Amino acid sequence: MNSIRALIIDDSSVMRKIVERSLRQAGIELTQVFEAGNGAEALGVLKETQVDLILCDINMPVMDGLEFIKQLPGVANAKGVPVVMITTEGSESHVVQALSCGARGYIRKPFTPEQVREQVMPFLGGKA
Amino acid sequence: MKTVNEMLAADSSHKEWIPLLELATREVFEMMLGCKLAQPEIAVDGSFDITAMVGLAGQMCGVLTVRCAAKSATHMASKILGMAPAEGSQDVLDALGEICNMVAGNFKNKVAGMGDGCMLSVPTVITGNDYSLHSLADSGALEVRLLFESMPIAITLQIHS
Repeated sequence: MNSIRALIIDDSSVMRKIVERSLRQAGIELTQVFEAGNGAEALGVLKETQVDLILCDINMPVMDGLEFIKQLPGVANAKGVPVVMITTEGSESHVVQALSCGARGYIRKPFTPEQVREQVMPFLGGKA
Repeated sequence: MKTVNEMLAADSSHKEWIPLLELATREVFEMMLGCKLAQPEIAVDGSFDITAMVGLAGQMCGVLTVRCAAKSATHMASKILGMAPAEGSQDVLDALGEICNMVAGNFKNKVAGMGDGCMLSVPTVITGNDYSLHSLADSGALEVRLLFESMPIAITLQIHS
């Protein structure tokens, strides 16, 4: 079983810690966790490093989560990396919008570690 | 099922939303903090010295607050973060703000037609209790009081329709 490298994007540092804890509680082994406070910062992180999974909030200053995933196809290090949105915006239209922009999964806050596992594991193959 | 506009027009007191507010709060604590909130057997009054608030704008305008004692907020933060932050630290204040944000988001997602039409502000947290809060609410506040690990918390929604 290999560990994974995750990028967690949220403008709240506490929420980034909560998401990391939930991943670990979900039984996902994390080698490295990278953090970004918005989409623009995350694009900067991805220029420097490769990750296996991206968890991303939607409502953020500077660059929101939807704009971030629209820009991902132009980032070499992000090719094929699954993006799962984590947000309080839980309406059906938000889900459809996120998935149509390229997100692979969608987790509504509040969430349990089991829900995180259900959404994330299918995209990790044998990595986690 | 009535839309949010129909409900706002039909009943300015919105008392039918109290169960949704309570459910939204309970779910946040059960799913994110791993603990069940208890129903107080008698009217509880507490010394609430931390207040987290989130504004709502759009189809429904108002403010949702979560109030509790500093000790409760520290315990909530330790539960949600899996560590023991110092009382009054930034982590405690931010954690309470996020809990308030999730209660507000979970509540609006439970009201038919509200999910898309109502936006949330970033949370604000006030420490101390020597303040008065004035909002443009034009109906009575909805309030739910529950016990978190035997400590009282108050969740209040003031609506301006």
